[in-house]
Amino acid sequence: MAAVEEKIPAAKAGGFRAWLNRRMPIDAFVAEQLTGYYAPKNFNIWYYFGSLAMLVLVMQILTGIFLTMHYKPSEIGAFDSVEFIMREVEWGWLIRYLHSTGASFFFIVVYLHMFRAFLYGSYRAPRELLWLLGMALYLALMAEAFMGYVLPWGNMSYWGAQVIVNLFGTIPVIGPGLVEWIRGDYGIADSTLNRFFALHVIAVPFAIALLVLLHLVALRQTGSNNPDGIEIKANLGKDGKPVDGIPFHPYYTVKDIVGVGLFLAIFCAVVFFAPTFGGLFLEKPNFEPANPLSTPDHIAPVWYFTPYYAMLRAVPDQQLGALVMLFSVVVFFFVPWLDRSPVKSIRYKGILSRIALGTFVVTFIALSYLGLQPVDPIYTVLAQVFTVLYFAFFLLMPIYTRFEKTRPVPQRVSYHA
Amino acid sequence: MLKSSAVLGALLVQATLLAAPVVVVAQQTAAAPAAAAPAATAETPSAAAPAEGGEHEVVHWNHWEPGNEINNTGSLQRGARNFVAYCSGCHSLKYSRYSRMGKDLQIADAQLDEFLVTPGDNKNGYMLTTLNAADGEAWFGKTPPDLSLITRSKGADYVFQFMKTFYADPNTATGVNNLALPGTAMPHVLAELQGVNAGVFREVEVPASGDQPASKKVEFLRFEGHVAGKLSAAEYDDFVRDLVNFLDYVGEPAKAQRVSLGVWVVLFLLAFSGIAYLLKAEYWKDVK
Repeated sequence: MAAVEEKIPAAKAGGFRAWLNRRMPIDAFVAEQLTGYYAPKNFNIWYYFGSLAMLVLVMQILTGIFLTMHYKPSEIGAFDSVEFIMREVEWGWLIRYLHSTGASFFFIVVYLHMFRAFLYGSYRAPRELLWLLGMALYLALMAEAFMGYVLPWGNMSYWGAQVIVNLFGTIPVIGPGLVEWIRGDYGIADSTLNRFFALHVIAVPFAIALLVLLHLVALRQTGSNNPDGIEIKANLGKDGKPVDGIPFHPYYTVKDIVGVGLFLAIFCAVVFFAPTFGGLFLEKPNFEPANPLSTPDHIAPVWYFTPYYAMLRAVPDQQLGALVMLFSVVVFFFVPWLDRSPVKSIRYKGILSRIALGTFVVTFIALSYLGLQPVDPIYTVLAQVFTVLYFAFFLLMPIYTRFEKTRPVPQRVSYHA
Repeated sequence: MLKSSAVLGALLVQATLLAAPVVVVAQQTAAAPAAAAPAATAETPSAAAPAEGGEHEVVHWNHWEPGNEINNTGSLQRGARNFVAYCSGCHSLKYSRYSRMGKDLQIADAQLDEFLVTPGDNKNGYMLTTLNAADGEAWFGKTPPDLSLITRSKGADYVFQFMKTFYADPNTATGVNNLALPGTAMPHVLAELQGVNAGVFREVEVPASGDQPASKKVEFLRFEGHVAGKLSAAEYDDFVRDLVNFLDYVGEPAKAQRVSLGVWVVLFLLAFSGIAYLLKAEYWKDVK
C-alpha cells in the first residue's frame, strides 16, 4: 500500500476538496463561470429579470412537484383534487397559489426581460443565437402555461383548451385530423387532460431546462450586453480582463439577492393578498368544474396570451386570424436581422426608434386589454388598428433604424458609483 | 308546472305569503302592455315619463355589496347557523367538513353536534344535503347546485344581490323571480324573513342602432313591499351579510390565515432586502 501512495504523491494532498476536484472540475467551473466571468459593471434594473426568470422556474418546479403528489389528472378527479389541495393538504393552498401566481409572474418577468433586449439591442450580433434560444424558451413557456391552465379542469380550462386546440383545425387538409390527434378524442376530454398533464410535468419542463442551459452557454460565449450596447471585451486591461467588467461573483450575485428579495416581496404580496388578482390570474369561471354543456359568458385566455388572442379576433376570417396570430409570435425570431441601426442601445438610437418602441409598448398593453374584453364592434376596430401598429413596429424596423440620426457611442460604459 | 308549484307549496311555508302579492301582480300585469316581460307592477311609458322629476329613482341593485368581514367570527358563526337552517336542506358544501368549520369558526364540538351537524351525520364528514339529486331535479327542474365555490365563481356581491332581489312573479312555478338570476328555479326560501317584494318595472324604448331595429325593453325601477317578513330591511341585510360571509369563508377556508400570515412574510422579505442591500453596497464600494 505504501509503495502505491508514493507513486501518486498528490493522492492525499489537499483533503476532500482536492479529492473532489481531481474527479470533477468544481473549482475550475466556479472560476470560469462565476468568479472569472466578467460582466459589464453598468447593469441597471432591467438586468434583474434574467436571474429572476430562473428563480421563478425553480419555484414552479418545486411547487409543481408537491402539487403532483395530490393532483389527479382525470376528468372525474381533477377539479376535486385541486379543491382538496386548497383545503385539506397541509399548506396546499400556499403551494397552489405559489404555482398559479408563479405562472403569471413568469410571464411578467419574461416580458420585462425581452423588453430589456429591445431597449439595449441585446439581440444584435454576436448575440443572435442567444435571442433565438430565448425565443424558443418563450414558446416552450407558452405551451407549458397553456397546458398547465387546463389541468384544474375548471370551465375556463375546458373552453380555453377548446378554443386554442381548435386553432390547429384551421390548418388546411391536415387540420381536422391534427386536432383529433392532439385531443386524443372527438372533444376535449379525459385523454386530453391526461396527455396535457404528461407534457406539462415532464416533456415541456425538460425542454425548458435544456433551453435554459443552452441560453446560458450562449450567454457565456458572447458575454452580456449592457445598457450602452458596447462590447466590454473590446477594451481589455493589462491583466487581459475587460476594464469595464467585474466578476459575476461576488458582485452580481450579491446584487441579484437584493433583486430576489424585492421581487419576492411583491410576488408574495400577490400570493397572500390577491392570489386571483381580480380574476386576472385565476379566472372566476374556473371555480366551476368543466362543463361541456355550459359555455362561460365570454371566453378569454389568461392575460399573458391576450395580445395574441386580440389579434386573432381582430381578423374577420378565422384561418387568416390564426395565421396572423402565428406570425405575430414568429416575427420576434427575425428581430436580430430587422434592426439595422449602427448602434445597439436605445440611448444612442434616434428619435424614430424611441417613438417606435414606445408605441410598441402601448400597443402590446392595449392588445392585452382588448383580448380580455368581450366582442364589441368598437373594440374590434381598435384591435385592428393596434394589430397594424404591432406589425409596423417589426416590419418597418429596417427602415426607421437605418435612416435615423444616431448619437455617438462612448468608448467606455457610463457608470456612476 | 302546476304540479311542481303544488309540491313546492307544500314543501315551503311561504305558500301563504306568496298568495297575496301574486293576485295583486296578476291584476296589474293584465293592465300592463308588456305582459311577456318579467311581470310585476308594470308602468306604462307615459306613466314613467316624469322620471326626470326624480319621482322614479332607479334602484341600482347590481351595485350592492355585502361588505362582509372574513375575520368577524361572530358573523361567520351566525352565517353557518343561517346556512344550516335555510340552505342546507337543498344545497351541499361538498368540500367542507363540519369539524374543520367548527375549528375555524370557533364552534365547540358540543354545539356543532347539537345545532349544525345533520342528525345521523358524522361531524368529520362533509356538509352534504340530505336532498337527493333526483328529487331536486323532479321538484325544481334542476338539482340545487353545490355552494362550496359560489362566492369564488360568481363573487360575494352576486350572492348578496341574489338573496335580496327576489320579487313576486306569477309566471314562474315558484311564484317568484330574481333580478340577479332571472328565471331562477329557486323559491324565495327566505320569504318568511324578508317578506315578499313586488318589482316595479317600466318599459323603455330602445332606438334603432346599426342593424338592430327599434325595440322595447323592460327596466327595473324599484321594489315595493307587499308582504312584510319577520325581519326589518336592515335586519334582513345583516342576515344575508352573515350568510354571504359564511359562504365567502367556505369558498376559501384558508383566506383569513393567508392574509394574516402574508403581512409577516412581506415584512420579512422587505427587511431581508434591506439587509441584502447593505451587503451589496459593501461589496460594490470598490467598483469605480
